[in-house]
Amino acid sequence: MLRTETRHAETSLCYHCGERCTTEEIMIEEKTFCCEGCRMVFSILNEHSLCNYYSLNQHPGASQRVKVRKDKFAFLDDVAVETKLLHFKEGHQCRVRFYLPQIHCSSCLYLLENLPRIHVGVVSGVVNFGRKEIEIVFSDDRCSLRELVETLASIGYEPYISLSDIKQKKQGTSKSTVFRLGVAGFCFGNIMLTSFPEYLGIESADEALRDLFRWFNLALSLPVLLYSAYPFFDSSVKSLRHRFLNIDAPIALAITITFIRSVYEVLSGTGGGYFDSMTGIVFFMLAGRLLQDKTYEQLSFDRDYTSYFPVSVPVVKDGREIPTMLPAIKPGDTIAVHHGELVPADGILTRGTAFIDYSFVTGEAVPVLKNMGELLYAGGKQTGERLELLVIREVEQSYLTRLWNDAKKQPGDRDQGSFVHLVSRYFTIVLMTIALITGIYWQVTDPSRCWPAVTAIFIIACPCALLLSHTFTNGNIIRILGKKGLYLRDASVIEKIASIDHVVLDKTGTLTVAEMQDVSYSGKTLTAKMKKAVAALAVNSSHPLSRAIVDHLAGNERRQLIRVNDFYESVGAGIEGFVDGMLLKLGSAAYTRSEKIAYEGAAVYLAINGAPIGYFQFANHYRDDTDRLLKQLSLRFRLSVLTGDSAGERSRLRQLLDEQAVMLFDQRPDDKRDYVKGLQADGEKVMMVGDGLNDGAALRQSDVGIAVAEKANNFTPSSDAIIDAGKLSLLTKFIRLCKANKQIVVASFILSILYNIVGLYYAVQGDLSPLVAAILMPASSLSILFLTYGGSGFAAKRLKL
Amino acid sequence: MSVIFILLIVSVTVAGFFLFAFLWGVRGGQFEDDYSPASRILFDDASSEQPANNKKR
Repeated sequence: MLRTETRHAETSLCYHCGERCTTEEIMIEEKTFCCEGCRMVFSILNEHSLCNYYSLNQHPGASQRVKVRKDKFAFLDDVAVETKLLHFKEGHQCRVRFYLPQIHCSSCLYLLENLPRIHVGVVSGVVNFGRKEIEIVFSDDRCSLRELVETLASIGYEPYISLSDIKQKKQGTSKSTVFRLGVAGFCFGNIMLTSFPEYLGIESADEALRDLFRWFNLALSLPVLLYSAYPFFDSSVKSLRHRFLNIDAPIALAITITFIRSVYEVLSGTGGGYFDSMTGIVFFMLAGRLLQDKTYEQLSFDRDYTSYFPVSVPVVKDGREIPTMLPAIKPGDTIAVHHGELVPADGILTRGTAFIDYSFVTGEAVPVLKNMGELLYAGGKQTGERLELLVIREVEQSYLTRLWNDAKKQPGDRDQGSFVHLVSRYFTIVLMTIALITGIYWQVTDPSRCWPAVTAIFIIACPCALLLSHTFTNGNIIRILGKKGLYLRDASVIEKIASIDHVVLDKTGTLTVAEMQDVSYSGKTLTAKMKKAVAALAVNSSHPLSRAIVDHLAGNERRQLIRVNDFYESVGAGIEGFVDGMLLKLGSAAYTRSEKIAYEGAAVYLAINGAPIGYFQFANHYRDDTDRLLKQLSLRFRLSVLTGDSAGERSRLRQLLDEQAVMLFDQRPDDKRDYVKGLQADGEKVMMVGDGLNDGAALRQSDVGIAVAEKANNFTPSSDAIIDAGKLSLLTKFIRLCKANKQIVVASFILSILYNIVGLYYAVQGDLSPLVAAILMPASSLSILFLTYGGSGFAAKRLKL
Repeated sequence: MSVIFILLIVSVTVAGFFLFAFLWGVRGGQFEDDYSPASRILFDDASSEQPANNKKR
């Protein structure tokens, strides 16, 4: 029974994108498609015999319901735009890189790398799956850039080209750390090997061999000192220039002193030196740093408004649309905005009826109706007909842009004040004191042991164990969090999360799901027949509320829908049509001649044969587990919920929150920011969780700003961390894990102090043998590694992460 | 003694070869994308599907 049902459903899924088909009319070779767009893509692939695309994965495509406008890419004909987009050009050979957000499976890879078969002008296409990028080589005498982009769009992979692509070219991630690590590892390993004879006691007869090994070690340590350890020297010099002693300074000092003393020992023939310890430190440090600097390539934490805005917009002049680059738009220009496009600048609506979806800005997906003469703010997305706007403010001056630029986070405050830097300062002072006292002591009692003792102190007491514990714990925590759906910008965020005591949440789009609505019907009871008829009518409209009604009434049985005659949609008012002999009207109160109800949220009224029957009410759909999340959070932190919505949902929200929690309604973006600022002025550490551009300012203002994204690579405002929307309920656990991080760092720090004391015990007496150093160094490093890894892993397990 | 000298040279050469291989791999971007190459190898060769009008680079 169940099986036949699923198979039945299977047949009505679109062959290309897997969406449910509403009609069975769009077909090729017994394959059904949900829309003309999907059918088109199939026929193109079929023509070039690339249907392997469909056999690698089921329904690999993205829905093509929203058609790409014909002249959308006209701006690519502009030479200025073209030269900025191209990475490289020689003769006719051009190289360009596009971000294709649609890439998700091996089918995508197959199709895109076979691009040369679709267009002869394309020489090659190479996909980077992790970054969702394709690098295309094409010859521009046979294929223009516009043609190339249009070809990609025609097969369902429309490149995402935004203003930020034009402004600066992206730089590849630096591989130098990996190079340095490789070199350090190579030298460390070989030095270890050739140091063994000396430790095991080489016979005096083999003196020549011993000298050979010593010189060999010296030679191998040079690349480590000069190349691998360079970041430590560089960073400590920089910090000293700013009169601030950072953690790298004592390390650089330790490396230098170790090297100098070792060279002295080799030259004077008094010993083998500490080359193995020195290279070992550098190797472990670089490994830890690499782990901590884990980057999420497909995520961007520094998006500004330019990555949301298109490269060019059509300016209407003498009845023609001329593509113009966005920065060149001036007040007084008339621009055209088409279906599905963003309003790039504040302007007055001069033609058309606007239906603006501000989900980018507010997280609220239900479009807002704007009539001619009204002011449209930048950032909204038009759904429906073509609009014309009279621009009144430049892009740079627009409401959103200003908001964006208002609260720039000051760079440079990232690391200061963190636990490690605090400790490192004292560490250095204590170390200097010990060295000084030891030096004076030996100078008085036995001057010959002064120099070995002091250098030994610096060698053994380098804070590498401390730094290791920090970098490895952070690295592992970042990894665990990333696996669970919280992506941190960098390691310093962990400590900030651990210190927060007030959580501020946005409601719309964060606690609620933008695309989902809870529907409730009131009025005269609907018969099964009426329900089907209403669903049949509503399915014809792409308005989100219509979709919600269809989901509410018809559920999964959309295929058995009845035919609608004389369907008519009046934009901004409602829809009507004859179904089953009834004239159905769905829409606003005025449209259906119903009595308007007092309800803050959205409502759609239903009239059958001219008589008002009832109405559907819509409420935001809260994410699963929202109530549990709020309860858990309010146990540990002070809690505030801010929303740009009116107070309509006050009572519902109150049920979810406890009494102390603050609820604020009608919050404009700068209100949110000021609220966060106010809390900070009271000495609270604030975590802001939000999604839309309207939370951007508050996210930047807060101590920790977490952006919520439905999909990990969706566009999010600039933030310290990005959380997968489905994993929001784990937020309390994430915070607790970050708190555990500090305990682990402290624990391993204590351990490293113990090692230091043991080492110093030998060092101050002036008889630190290379063997003791060689055992103590890796032993401390390795045990710290185990402690940090085990500790953070255990903490995560205990939290059931 | 001289044997150890030779051994030393050999071992460093072998290790140096691996270091070079590693650096070469990093530079070539082998560690950047761990998904594509694994799937790419499974695709049928384009020329076998459509022998005629496909020019191979």
